[in-house]
Amino acid sequence: MSEQTQQNAPARKPAGRRKAELDPRFASYKGVWVFIEHERGTAHPVSWELLGEGRKLADRLGVELAGVVMGTPGGDTRRFCAEAFRYGADLCYLVEDPLLADYRNEPFTKGLTDLVNTFQPEILLLGATPLGRDLAGSVATTLQTGLTADCTELAIDMENRSLAATRPTFGGSLLCTIVTLNYRPQMATVRPRVMSMPARDEGRSGRIVEHALGMVETDIVTKVLEFIPDNLQDKPQLAFADIIVAGGRGLKKPENFQLVWDLAKVLGAEVGASRPIVQSGWVEPERQVGQSGKTVRPKLYIAAGISGAVQHRVGMEGSDVIIAINNDPGAPIFDFATYGIVGNAMQILPALTEAFRQQIATVKLAG
Amino acid sequence: MDEKFDAIVVGAGPSGNAAAYTMAKAGLKVLQLERGEYPGSKNVQGAILYSDALERIIPDFREDAPLERHLIEQRMWVLDDESYVGSNYRSDEFNKPPYNRYTIIRAQFDKWFSQKVREAGALIICETTVTDLIMDRTRVIGVRTDREGGSIYADVVILADGVNSLLAKKAGFHPELHPKDVALAVKEIHFLPQETIEQRFNVGGDEGVVIEMAGKITQGMVGTGFLYTNKESLTIGVGCMLSDFKQQGTSPYALLEQMKSHPSIKPLLAGGEMKEYTAHLIPEGGYNAVPQIYGEGWLIVGDSGMFVNAVHREGSNLAMTTGRVAGETVIELAARKKPMSAANLALYRKTLDDSFVMKDLKKYRNMPEILHGNHQFFTTYPELVNRAMHTMLTVDGIDKKTKEREVRQDFRKKRSLFGLMGDAFKMWRAFE
Amino acid sequence: MHIVVCIKQVPDSAQIRVHPVTNTIMRQGVPAIVNPYDLYSLEEALRLKDQFPGSRVTVLSMGPPQAETALRKAISFGADEAILVTDRAFAGSDTLATSYALASAIRQIQQDMPVDLVFAGKQTIDGDTAQVGPGIAKRLDMRLLTYVSRVDSLDLERREIVVQRRSEGGVQVLKSRLPVLITMLEGTNEMRFATMPNMFRAARYPLKVWDKDAAGIEDVSKTGLKGSPTIVSKVFAPTPKTVKAEIIDTESNNPKDIAVTLLAKLFTRHPNLQAEIGKRS
Ligand SMILES: Cc1cc2nc3c(=O)[nH]c(=O)nc-3n(C[C@H](O)[C@H](O)[C@H](O)COP(=O)(O)OP(=O)(O)OC[C@H]3O[C@@H](n4cnc5c(N)ncnc54)[C@H](O)[C@@H]3O)c2cc1C
Ligand SMILES: Cc1cc2nc3c(=O)[nH]c(=O)nc-3n(C[C@H](O)[C@H](O)[C@H](O)COP(=O)(O)OP(=O)(O)OC[C@H]3O[C@@H](n4cnc5c(N)ncnc54)[C@H](O)[C@@H]3O)c2cc1C
Ligand SMILES: Nc1ncnc2c1ncn2[C@@H]1O[C@H](COP(=O)(O)O)[C@@H](O)[C@H]1O
Repeated sequence: MSEQTQQNAPARKPAGRRKAELDPRFASYKGVWVFIEHERGTAHPVSWELLGEGRKLADRLGVELAGVVMGTPGGDTRRFCAEAFRYGADLCYLVEDPLLADYRNEPFTKGLTDLVNTFQPEILLLGATPLGRDLAGSVATTLQTGLTADCTELAIDMENRSLAATRPTFGGSLLCTIVTLNYRPQMATVRPRVMSMPARDEGRSGRIVEHALGMVETDIVTKVLEFIPDNLQDKPQLAFADIIVAGGRGLKKPENFQLVWDLAKVLGAEVGASRPIVQSGWVEPERQVGQSGKTVRPKLYIAAGISGAVQHRVGMEGSDVIIAINNDPGAPIFDFATYGIVGNAMQILPALTEAFRQQIATVKLAG
Repeated sequence: MDEKFDAIVVGAGPSGNAAAYTMAKAGLKVLQLERGEYPGSKNVQGAILYSDALERIIPDFREDAPLERHLIEQRMWVLDDESYVGSNYRSDEFNKPPYNRYTIIRAQFDKWFSQKVREAGALIICETTVTDLIMDRTRVIGVRTDREGGSIYADVVILADGVNSLLAKKAGFHPELHPKDVALAVKEIHFLPQETIEQRFNVGGDEGVVIEMAGKITQGMVGTGFLYTNKESLTIGVGCMLSDFKQQGTSPYALLEQMKSHPSIKPLLAGGEMKEYTAHLIPEGGYNAVPQIYGEGWLIVGDSGMFVNAVHREGSNLAMTTGRVAGETVIELAARKKPMSAANLALYRKTLDDSFVMKDLKKYRNMPEILHGNHQFFTTYPELVNRAMHTMLTVDGIDKKTKEREVRQDFRKKRSLFGLMGDAFKMWRAFE
Repeated sequence: MHIVVCIKQVPDSAQIRVHPVTNTIMRQGVPAIVNPYDLYSLEEALRLKDQFPGSRVTVLSMGPPQAETALRKAISFGADEAILVTDRAFAGSDTLATSYALASAIRQIQQDMPVDLVFAGKQTIDGDTAQVGPGIAKRLDMRLLTYVSRVDSLDLERREIVVQRRSEGGVQVLKSRLPVLITMLEGTNEMRFATMPNMFRAARYPLKVWDKDAAGIEDVSKTGLKGSPTIVSKVFAPTPKTVKAEIIDTESNNPKDIAVTLLAKLFTRHPNLQAEIGKRS
C-alpha cells in the first residue's frame, strides 16, 4: 500500500495494466503455500480457512497446495500436517526444531525464508494475526518481495498468473486490489474469519517434505521468559461467538448497558460494544468490535444504539443476521442490517429480552 | 514561564486572523491562541466572502486564497409550502474582475488566512483554550490557558473568540447572551459533480449563484434559508432565532430536512452526497446588542462583539474589519508608546463608529424587534404572495379582473388594509 | 539513551469519503492527524525518557511537506528532535520501499548519536499494513518486538529489555537485547497533555528536513514506485449493500409487539437460529 500519499490524490495512482516482466530468476517459482499457525497445541483456524482459499488458487493455476508447519519435534507438528491434508493441502513442508517451541521472530523468520529460497513457491499466504503479521513483514523484507496486508479477497489474474489481493484501506472506506508482478513469492496476510472454513475430508492425506532449521539457541537473542495465558473463563471470546449482543453510545448511560447484558444472558451470547463505549470504560477493550477491535462473524448480531460507522461495520458485517435498534431512521446501520427497529433501545431491549425468554421457554416445553 | 507579547489574540476566526495579521505585519510580537485543532476546524463550512474587507488587509488575496466561485447572480425566494415567488439579479458586471463576492469553504479559507498570519510573523498555538484573563486589578495583563505552565502576558489582549464569548462573560465585559439576540443556523454540504452544478444553476467556469429564502420554510419562526454554489458542492442552510426554536420546540435538523424536501429545492440537491451537518450560533441582536468593546488592556472584535448584519447576512466582513481596526489601533498606540488604557483604546470604537460597520448596524437597529413582533412576515405574506401568483398564472377561463379582485380580497381577509399599511411602514422605517 | 520514534501523518479515516463519480479518495477538508497507533509508541518512548534522564527522543517521519504538523505535534508532547524525510523520489512507496528509506534515515541519525531503541506504531489507519515496523527492524538488523503491551524493564548497562507481547490466547514475556524495534499495542498507555512551554517549543522548533541524499539513500531504485514490488491495480468503494434492513414496525408501535413480530420473522426465515438459541436454554 501507498505510504507516501499526496494530498488530494488517490492513495496511489492505480497502475492499471503496468507491464512488468517477471524476472527470469523467478521463473521456476511454483505452487501455493499456506503457513499453518499454531501455538501451544492449538492451530489458528485462519490456517484452515486459508487452505480452503489456497486450494481454489492452486487449482486455478494448476499447481500444488502446500502447508508450512514449523514447531518442535515430536510435538503436534505431525498432527497439524495431517489436519492440513484434510483441509486440502497436497503436501506439507515441515521444519522441526526444539528452538521453535514458542513463537519468536528470529528463528521463524529464518526458517520460513530458507524454505522459500529452497522450494520456491509463487504464492505464500499467512493469517493476518499478530504472529502472522510479525512473521510476514520480516520474511517479505528479507526476501525483498511484495506483501499485501490483511486481505479479504484473493483471486488469480490468469493473464500473468498473478495474485490479485483485495483489501480494505482507510478503515474500510475503500477497497484496493494489489498485485505483485515482477517478484516472487507473492505474499499476503489474510484477515481471519473472512474466508469460509472448507469442508474437512477425513480420507485425504499427502506427503511431508522435511527441512532443517540450522540454528542453535545462542544464535537467537530474544528469549521467552514466561507465557501468561488469558484466563479463558473471564476473557471474552468474541471472535468465535455465535451470538453477540452489542451496545453503542445510543445507550447514553453505563446503567443502561445492563440491558445489553440482560439480553445476552438470556441468549447465552457474548457482549460486544462500539469504540466509544470501550473508551468510556463501560466494558473491557476485548469487547470492542470493529477496525481497531475484533472482527466477528456470529450467526446473530444484535446492535443497540450503534450508528454503524464504517469502522464498526467492517468488524461485524460478516454476521449472518444483523438486528439493529436505533432511534434514528437515517442511521447508517440500517443500510446493511438484516432487520431494523426504529425505536428507543432502552424500551426495545427489555421487550426483546422478554420475548426471547418466552420463546425459549416454549421451545423447552415442546422439547 | 516568562513569555511576554505585545498582543495576544484569542481565536483564529476571520476577526482574530485579521487582528493578528495586521499587528504581526507591522512588526509587533503577536501570539494567537486557538482552541480548535487547527484554524477553521471549529468553523461552519461554506460561506460568502466579501472581497472589500479582506482586500484592505491582504490586497492580493486572490492570488492564492482558496476561493470557490465568484457570485454573479442573487436570487430571492419567498416560499409557500409548494411554491415560491422569486426575483433574480444577475449581471455581467459581477463577472468582471476584481470580483466582489465569493463563496468559500470556511475550513479551508481559515487555514489559508492563518498561514498568512504565520508568514506575517505571529506565533500561532492551536488546541489551546484560553480559560481566564489575568487581571491586575481592573487591567487585563495576560491570559491563562488549559495547559500546564500556561500563563502568558501581553500589553493588550484581543478577544476574537466568536459568538458566546465565555471569556468576555467571565470577565464581566459582556452580559449573558439573550436568546432573542442570537440565531441558530444549521448547514449542510452536498457534493455534486461540477458539471451538474453548472448546468443546474446556469453558470460556467467559476461563476456562482446565491439563493436567499424566506417564508414558510422557517415554519413561522423569524429566520431565513440560503443556498450557495461552491465548486463541487452546494451549501444549504437555515437559521432562525434561538428564542423561536425554543418556543416552538422545532429541532433545527428537522427544519432543514423539511426545507430540503420543498419541491423547488429538492431537485437542486438531487443526487448529491451530504457530507457535513453543522450548527452554529449567529449574533443577530444588531446595534443595540453591541456590548462594551474596549477597556483597560482589552478589545473585543467580530462575533464576540455582536458585529453581524443579519439583514444582509454579512458577518465575516464585519469580523475582519473590526479585527483590522483593532489591530491598527494597537499599532498606532504602540508606535506612539502610549499605554493600552481604556481611554486610549477608545479610538477603536470611534473608528468603527465612523465606518460602515457601525453605520450599517445603526441603520437596521430596529429590525430585530420588528421581525420578532410581526411573524406574519414569515407565514401569512409568503402564502398570500404565492397564492396571488398562482391565481394570476392559472389559465382557467376566469377573466383577469375577477382574479385581481380575488387576490385583493384574499389579502384583506388575512390582514386588514390598515395592518398591511402598518407593516409596510414598519419595514420602511427599519430600512430607512 | 537515544530513542527514534517513527510516526506517520494520516488522514482521519473516520472522515474519509470516496468521490461518487471518480471513485477516488476525497481528502478535501479531511483533517490530517498523527496515526493514532503511533501515539502509544511515542508515549512509551517519552516514559522511558522520563525514567532515564538525559535520554533523547528523535521523531522521524517520511511524507509530504505537510507532515511537518505531525512532527511538531510530537515535539509538543516532549520529543527532542524531529526529522522529516521528504523527496519526490519517495512518491508511491509501498511498505518495502518505505522501510528502506526510513532505515537509511535511521542509519544517518545513528551517526549523530547511536540509537538504542526504535519505536513504530502497530499499524497505520490508512495503509493498515503493520509491515513497516518489521521491515525497518530487518533492514537495521535489530531485534523485533511487535504488539508489546508493556515494557517491564530496561537495563541500559546490560543492554537488556524485558517486554510483554500479546499473542494468541495470552501474553509472552520476552527478554531481548538492544538495539530493538518495538511496536506498541493500542490502549496500553495514554498520551500526555502537552504543556504550554512545550507548545511554544513546538511552534518555534526548526524542523530538520532531509531529502534523499541527506537521508543517506544509497540506491534510489529501491525507493518510490520503482522500489515497490506491490502495485495498486484498482481502488474502489465497497459496493453498497443494495438491500437495506427490513424495518420491523407494528401498528401499535409498542416495544412488546415489535419484539414478538421480529422473533416470528426471525425464526421462520432462519430456522437454524431457533435451533441455536434453543440449544442454549
Ligand atoms: C482509527 C479509528 C479506528 C476506529 N475503530 C473502531 C472500532 O474498532 N470499533 C468501533 O466501533 N468504532 C471504531 N472507530 C470509531 C467509529 O468511527 C465511530 O465513532 C464509532 O463506531 C461510533 O460508535 P457508536 O455507534 O456507539 O456511537 P455514535 O456514532 O454516537 O452512534 C450512536 C447511535 O445511537 C443512536 N441512538 C441514540 N439514542 C438512542 C436510543 N435511545 N435508542 C436507540 N438508538 C439510539 C443514534 O441515533 C446513533 O446512531 C474508529 C475510529 C477511528 C478513527
Ligand atoms: C450558518 C452561518 C452562515 C454564515 N454565513 C456567512 C456568510 O455567508 N458570510 C459572512 O460574511 N458571514 C457569515 N456568517 C457569519 C460569520 O461566520 C461570522 O460572523 C464570523 O465567522 C465571525 O468571525 P469571528 O472571528 O468573530 O468568530 P469565529 O469565526 O467564530 O472564530 C472564533 C474562534 O475563536 C476560537 N475560540 C473561542 N473561544 C476560545 C478560547 N477560549 N480560547 C481559544 N480559542 C477560542 C474558536 O475556536 C474560533 O476558531 C455565517 C454564520 C453562520 C453561523
Ligand atoms: N511514512 C512513514 N514515516 C514514518 N513512519 C512510518 C511511515 N509509514 C509507516 N511508518 C511507521 O510504521 C508503522 C506501521 O505502518 P504500516 O505498515 O503502514 O501499517 C506506523 O505506525 C509508523 O510508526
